[in-house]
Amino acid sequence: MLIRRDPDIKSSEITDFTLYLNRRSFMIGAAALALAPSGPAVAAPSPPALQPLQAKRNEAFLVDDPPTKLESVTTYNNFYEFGVNKDDPARLAHTLKPRPWTVQVDGLVARPKTYDVDEIMRFGPLEERVYRLRCVEGWSMVIPWIGYPLASLIKRVEPTSKARFVEFTTLRDLEQFPGQRPGLFSFSSLDWPYVEGLRLDEALQPLTLLTFGLYGQVLPNQNGAPVRVVVPWKYGFKSGKSIVRIRFVSDQPKTTWEKAAPNEYGFYTNVNPAVDHPRWSQATERRIGEFRRRKTLMFNGYADQVASMYAGMDLKKNY
Amino acid sequence: MWGAALFPLALLLCKFATDDLGVNPIDYVTRTLGDWTLRILLASLSMTPLRLLFGISWQMTLRRLLGLFAFFYASLHFSVWIVLDHFFDWPQMIADIFKRPYITVGMAALTLLVPLAATSTTRMVKRLGGANWRRLHKLVYAIGVLGVLHYLWLAKKGVNDPYWYAVALGILLSIRLGDWTRRFAKRRLQRAAASKREGYQRIQRVLLFVLLLIGLTAGIVPPAGGQALRLGRPAPEIAGAPWINSPPLTLSWLKGRVVLVEFWTHG
Repeated sequence: MLIRRDPDIKSSEITDFTLYLNRRSFMIGAAALALAPSGPAVAAPSPPALQPLQAKRNEAFLVDDPPTKLESVTTYNNFYEFGVNKDDPARLAHTLKPRPWTVQVDGLVARPKTYDVDEIMRFGPLEERVYRLRCVEGWSMVIPWIGYPLASLIKRVEPTSKARFVEFTTLRDLEQFPGQRPGLFSFSSLDWPYVEGLRLDEALQPLTLLTFGLYGQVLPNQNGAPVRVVVPWKYGFKSGKSIVRIRFVSDQPKTTWEKAAPNEYGFYTNVNPAVDHPRWSQATERRIGEFRRRKTLMFNGYADQVASMYAGMDLKKNY
Repeated sequence: MWGAALFPLALLLCKFATDDLGVNPIDYVTRTLGDWTLRILLASLSMTPLRLLFGISWQMTLRRLLGLFAFFYASLHFSVWIVLDHFFDWPQMIADIFKRPYITVGMAALTLLVPLAATSTTRMVKRLGGANWRRLHKLVYAIGVLGVLHYLWLAKKGVNDPYWYAVALGILLSIRLGDWTRRFAKRRLQRAAASKREGYQRIQRVLLFVLLLIGLTAGIVPPAGGQALRLGRPAPEIAGAPWINSPPLTLSWLKGRVVLVEFWTHG
């Protein structure tokens, strides 16, 4: 298969120098430490050294812009399972235990089975890919993820001909996710567990990444350890974190944000500067680390690869 | 009091100097300034309730100072929005003011603060005359409501802070309402026979309180038809609830059947 090269790829890797130094110290630190699966809880701003994850960089998936600092990536998160503030996930990350962890793959597949996450990690050679991530709130980052195309998993589990959608479910555990516990204003919280979904062709798209790490190490808890999905041409909330179940279904899944506010969040959630959120514009975004806002790109800059999947669709109606 | 009111700004400047504004600094600064605007505004609105509840009155002189500081922080909040968030993109901003309800009410609250700030001096009180001045400054109640709605309508589902402000505002306004109703009823009592009126007075107070609650609750529902649950609309399908001694039931299955709904709790 011919891999379409994005025209504005540079052959040289642009890595922030402080980041480069950070990576070295993390590798050294992690090697010196016992290889504990989940990093210790550190309240300090620098992220704890986590187990390194070897991966070959896939040159076909690079971004012209510099990657966002690791500290920002791991301390500015929307992960309401921990809490609704951006610093809650990093602060409370220690409550999540990413091992032992299983992922149930079932629904319309040839052989439904529950896999250990380490088993699933071996279903494909791990690659490092640099993707843009655009949050529906209007900020964005550039992150080097580590994983393999979800298509590899899908082909292995053999969905039946009736399967038309893939549904991802995040862990629901009141012990590990303090944000899921009922509080005073429970009427205003999300319906747990967090459910997201993709059309089968979207799930098979080479960009869709079953992700196990970032920046050369395993996923920090606040970024969705131990396994998540990353769909770079859609708003960030589509990229479900800490997945425990992947189910193949014939009907379009009802996703959590769609249930919470159906006029604001739909199923497709494609990044689209021409379709505003009812309460704010999506024409511009703030790239974390930059001062001025920048124009949002159609499909987050991945239009070449994905626009054909939506040919003929009214994207204002299918938001 | 000046020190206390300027403290949040000093803290922000300190954080700016030590680069401690977080990952998304412009967002953090805007939100912090907005938070303090609301808090100082609510503080100003709580001076009179303190007198009504506890009879103390030394704090009444603070109302003007707090009101002006609320205006100060609101202006900073607005300036940051213009300069740092949108960098003078006037067409986008003006469009936003009309298109985004939360910005509309925010802009309205700020606009209403201007005449209040302009007429805050003792000289202006004399120029307008006491009664007129008091009538103008009753606008602060509307400003409070608009400010809380601004935050409520901005926040995503799951963010609870705005509800706390709404509760605080509700309490402060209902204390005033209770007092106003009492004085109103008292005046009428002085003109007519007593006992029958007492009953009506109580009903009136409750009715007005309920109206206020409904008004505030309406603020909880975002304007763009937002949440899945709305008064008067068909109920959403039951999902995710734990079922005891029954297979999961759905509303669509129950349609056409007689259903008894019992609300109970324990503890």
